[in-house]
Amino acid sequence: MFPLTVENKHVAQLLLSTGTCPRCIFRFCGVDFHAPYKLPYKELLNELQKFLETEKDELISEVPNPPPKKIRLQELEDGIDGMDNLSQNGEGKISIIEDGSIASKNSNLNVCNVCLGILQDFCEKEFIKKVCQKVEASGFEFTNLVLSISFPPQLSVREHAAWLLVKQEMGKQSLSLERNDTVQLKEAYKWITHPLFSEELGVPIDGKSLFEVSVVFAHPETVEDCHFLRAICPDCFKPAKNKQSVFTRMAVMKALNKIKEEDFRKQFPCPPNSPKAVCSVVEIECAHGAVFVAGRYNKYSRNLPQTPWIIDGERKLDSSVEELISDHLLTVFKAESFNFSSSGREDVDVRTLGNGRPFAIELVNPHRVHFTSQEIKELQQKINNSSNKIQVRDLQLVTREAIGHMKEGEEEKTKTYSALIWTNKAIQRKDIEFLDDIKDLKIDQKTPLRVLHRRPLAVRTRIIHSMEAHYVDEHHFRLYLKTQAGTYIKEFVHGDFGRTKPNICSLMDVTADILELDVESVDVDWPPALDD
Amino acid sequence: MATEPETPVAASAAEPAVPSLVDRYFTRWYKADVKGKPCEDHCILQHSNRICVITLAGSHPVLQSGKVIKSISYQISTNCSRLQNKVSGKFKRGAQFLTELAPLCKIYCSDGEEYTISSCVRGRLMEVNENILHKPSLLQQKPSTEGYIAVVLPKFEESKSITEGLLTQKQYEEVVVKRINATTATS
Repeated sequence: MFPLTVENKHVAQLLLSTGTCPRCIFRFCGVDFHAPYKLPYKELLNELQKFLETEKDELISEVPNPPPKKIRLQELEDGIDGMDNLSQNGEGKISIIEDGSIASKNSNLNVCNVCLGILQDFCEKEFIKKVCQKVEASGFEFTNLVLSISFPPQLSVREHAAWLLVKQEMGKQSLSLERNDTVQLKEAYKWITHPLFSEELGVPIDGKSLFEVSVVFAHPETVEDCHFLRAICPDCFKPAKNKQSVFTRMAVMKALNKIKEEDFRKQFPCPPNSPKAVCSVVEIECAHGAVFVAGRYNKYSRNLPQTPWIIDGERKLDSSVEELISDHLLTVFKAESFNFSSSGREDVDVRTLGNGRPFAIELVNPHRVHFTSQEIKELQQKINNSSNKIQVRDLQLVTREAIGHMKEGEEEKTKTYSALIWTNKAIQRKDIEFLDDIKDLKIDQKTPLRVLHRRPLAVRTRIIHSMEAHYVDEHHFRLYLKTQAGTYIKEFVHGDFGRTKPNICSLMDVTADILELDVESVDVDWPPALDD
Repeated sequence: MATEPETPVAASAAEPAVPSLVDRYFTRWYKADVKGKPCEDHCILQHSNRICVITLAGSHPVLQSGKVIKSISYQISTNCSRLQNKVSGKFKRGAQFLTELAPLCKIYCSDGEEYTISSCVRGRLMEVNENILHKPSLLQQKPSTEGYIAVVLPKFEESKSITEGLLTQKQYEEVVVKRINATTATS
């Protein structure tokens, strides 16, 4: 059923004759249900024509303007190319094809003066198919998507002009028109295209989807439509560093809300003039939101940095913990890049034993995102088979929120270590027994000299919760320690020039040094353990 | 007459010596006869991250046997005390800037002798060792570690050039040997 009623005739007639497409006409007549918009363009045009073909009397007796369709066609066939009474601002602008026939021909060439073609060809199946082809070619795996459409800002200006025109026309019939009575361009566009996209790609549209298809339209021909606004509302258009043009959609909307009707009409034609060409599609891009993989890693090498060690473009040590784990993930998830983070870290020459250290990897713009837990297990196996320097466990997909648990561990939780200690003085078993009895020892650590070049100079108080000493020989013993997060173990052993107090040297009255250090456990219970 | 180096020696001759903390992370540089004063040798420990620890070389008069330190003072002039040095942030703003000849502290000995210790390197003063204020003998017992004088952070651009005016370990040892020979020659 045709959605327009007798009340809408004048407005519809006015808009059609000034170059507005059927769907935009529906919008300005307040047609707020989806079905009419979804009909094919040709059909809509025909129906609209039929609807407007009224008895001459009805129109002529009520409104002198515009002339009935038959007369118009006649004039066209006579080749008149300017009709003043059709546009309000006195300029003879008509969007009519050269050969004179409007209605019967599919008005592809008749570009709508309000939507610039967006609600003409750009919402129909053919265009949607083209976009979907690009989406499919991009190689992303997705089960839903969110559509992000960007229109050129000058559409708001044209919309505003049309709205003023319609408001005026309805005023003549003693009817009012509020902003909410018309349907927004974007709304109508979504109503039509969402089902088409869903059908073509076989997945639902979901606002929360991580997979985004973005389509950007531009209309270079009318770019200057917005410029007059700057003269009238200069403070809406302050140049910002990142933006190419100050005429953003937000800025233009702001200015349109401010500007007075008279001022607007002086500067911009109502109705808007008809452009020669439709919008162009500047870009069709696909992107997937980041996914997160977490796990725990063990480090068995005393010659492996956590992150790549590169000075002046030269790699100082082969590989790194993050690369050994992430490179495999990058490949399997087909991601652009990654961000590795962990619950604290250890030095190059320190091993990580026990349950390992929690880590999380953010995979940026992954093309593949769906994995069964079996597939993740296999991925874990693959990583473990590829290197004996590191091993991972509890590999799993996690949410962005979960990362907080890991960072919490870095500052709050305890860690246990084992250190192989050398002493200059010969020691006996009894000389180290007292260490087992020390509980919650408070130590003050000045920023170690070895990191002072890149850290602020400060004193940090830390707690050594407990220790257990195991005699090895006259000059060696193994010390197990449970400490607060952020304790520098090496400095606690050798004293760092006396800048960590107390330290093993001061406690035992010897010169001591640390030969080996291992992380025995990182006491964070995240990520959840999986039964491998 | 240098004090025992702190390089650890194995209990049994068969075991190799374990490199000390200083051996592992620092390079030793020397400046002999600082400010023209005979034998007032300084040892600068330069970390691989460019941080310098200023210490006394073994041949310095203060470290000779029999010398007793009465007190140490960081008040190097009426207006300047190295103890007032305050450093903030990652870039160590507010630090006192030192040139090679900048005095760090004064050591007063029981025999009336007074020694001034100089920076020997250009850079920002990070800290002076307050532990030797409370226990001056620490300076003599552990001059290369707990008895250090100060920590200096050279400018990043100058981290290599600061050692240009300094002697390597080998060069320093030659200087010491020459002195000994000179003394024996004259005696």
